[in-house]
Amino acid sequence: MSKGRFGVHGGQYIPELLMNAVIELEEAYNHFKDDPQFTAELNDLLKNYAGRPSLLYYAEKMTKDLKGAKVYLKREDLNHTGSHKINNVLGQVLLAKRMGKTRVIAETGAGQHGVATATAAALMGMECEIFMGKEDTERQALNVFRMELLGAKVHAVTSGTQTLKDAVNETMREWSKRVHDTHYVLGSVMGPHPFPTIVRDFQSIISREIKKQIIEKEGKLPDVVMACVGGGSNAIGAFYDFIGDSSVQLIGCEAAGHGVDTDKHAATMTKGTLGIFHGMKSYFCQDEYGQIAPVYSISAGLDYPGVGPEHANLRDTGRAQYVAITDDEAVGAFEYLSRTEGIIPAIESSHAVAYAMKLAPTMSKDQVIVVCLSGRGDKDVAAIARYRGVQIYE
Amino acid sequence: MNKLEQAFSSGKAFIPFITAGDPSLEITEQLVLKMAEAGADLIELGIPFSDPVAEGPVIQEADYRALSGGVTTDKIFDMVERVRKSCNVPIAFMTYANPIFSYGTEKFLRKCSDTGIDAVIVPDIPFEEKEELAPFCKEYDVKLISMIAPTSKERVRMIVEEAEGFVYCVSSMGVTGVRDEIGNDAKEMIKQVKAVKDIPCAIGFGISNPEQAAEMARFSDGVIVGSAIVKIIAQYGVECIPHVEAYVREMKSAIK
Repeated sequence: MSKGRFGVHGGQYIPELLMNAVIELEEAYNHFKDDPQFTAELNDLLKNYAGRPSLLYYAEKMTKDLKGAKVYLKREDLNHTGSHKINNVLGQVLLAKRMGKTRVIAETGAGQHGVATATAAALMGMECEIFMGKEDTERQALNVFRMELLGAKVHAVTSGTQTLKDAVNETMREWSKRVHDTHYVLGSVMGPHPFPTIVRDFQSIISREIKKQIIEKEGKLPDVVMACVGGGSNAIGAFYDFIGDSSVQLIGCEAAGHGVDTDKHAATMTKGTLGIFHGMKSYFCQDEYGQIAPVYSISAGLDYPGVGPEHANLRDTGRAQYVAITDDEAVGAFEYLSRTEGIIPAIESSHAVAYAMKLAPTMSKDQVIVVCLSGRGDKDVAAIARYRGVQIYE
Repeated sequence: MNKLEQAFSSGKAFIPFITAGDPSLEITEQLVLKMAEAGADLIELGIPFSDPVAEGPVIQEADYRALSGGVTTDKIFDMVERVRKSCNVPIAFMTYANPIFSYGTEKFLRKCSDTGIDAVIVPDIPFEEKEELAPFCKEYDVKLISMIAPTSKERVRMIVEEAEGFVYCVSSMGVTGVRDEIGNDAKEMIKQVKAVKDIPCAIGFGISNPEQAAEMARFSDGVIVGSAIVKIIAQYGVECIPHVEAYVREMKSAIK
């Protein structure tokens, strides 16, 4: 079996042209991940630039309203650039710099990863190009301008379904044109090995902090940790340090779009089948001939037909459960959290909030749920207004 | 001599690529027959994939055209079966890992063997993942073609030692598509291959005109041309057959 496996999932299904690039990346990562200077520099950036540790906030009003388990929110939305994406990006761009690369490229869905990459590239003096599905450049127009403001060049991808999967295709194509000076900052726990491992390691700071913070506040581990899942980077980050703690239930919330029984969803775990795509073996939404299905979600960041291989394995082993949340439920949660706690969550994160709203009332008052609030919702305000029939454009 | 060896046995091989089902499977069937008549030594038949990451825009669009026309892997097998009634030209399938895996890898290769497919080329199955296909390729005697690229360097030995049929040398960095200039990487790569073992080397990616083909044929055993042909098909649609036939004739004579 090849490298980077999580059960049967993972691997390195990429063109020969890119093999030496991922091997070089793996070697560099293994070298630097325990290098005291590298980790000191990264920790300094995480603290003084990104603003870590992020808060673990007790959502008291939400808890009282739901009349069940205590709900805590892990405030990744308070990080610099407004989401958990910065955790991975600072690590990867720093690594790329150590590898002697001068240019970074990245895919982006909602634009959060693109913004984070453009930010880190600006900070560290790297050239930066972002690939974003044309449809996403339209629904997240503000983020496009934000990336340009940060000095990045944004390419609107017009191939295929013009969303996140096509942005990944195009970034891989671009990487195969120029590997010598370019690092592909993959934004989620997906793609060929070593990306799922590197991204998970950089994101696992979320669960390490949660564990420390919840023990300080509650004197015990949480009963449930939940997070939204597109590719799955904030979820794996929130789960990772709890995988060995069998009392902690791990729940990933994927996008059911208009419903898992319609053809408009992105519910890979609920409806997908085993396949090989984007460098990895995992679950994908696809037809019987292995053609990748066009997927749909109101959330550009969850609008992806696959899922990271470590999640696929957590599902296979039963260690984590995955549920599907519809657009309606997510928008409801978006509005609910805004009104109840004065926190506007990203529409992606709203999928996790929506499930917390369902689950908390079924649990007892001495139980604890931690919801990873992966990003802030400023970018989504116009889209939600349109969803409610108010014609606002950014 | 197996059929792949036969492809390289009469001088330099000309290897055209077309996407099955672009613009229709009926046209693809006729194209295979006519390209064989025009001197193609091996035909690369693409099974379209929704997300062909190693392809440039020309072949991407051919894949979309074919898929939106309703082509499926089963229909392609049926078409190959019809071709085989009158034509013995070596044929290799070129596709991605997922269409094979989702079809059922064993079932796919058994059908390749049953219908007379001689080889498979799968750009997203590198050496490290070849166990995904190799045991079934062996069982059903379908050659799994190995690819090497300008970035392969010290990997060439390991890849070539286990290579069979021929080695597909990716001429230059990037994805498939017509290039104005093809660097010197290919020449160097082929030297490296031949130092490992005597196996035919065909060069692909970027070759479009007779001059480039002739130049590449000087130091290789065969020339693979995809995007340039797919462009002709895109331009002429159902009327493409004589144009493709003439192109194949011209290219074949350029490398003689």
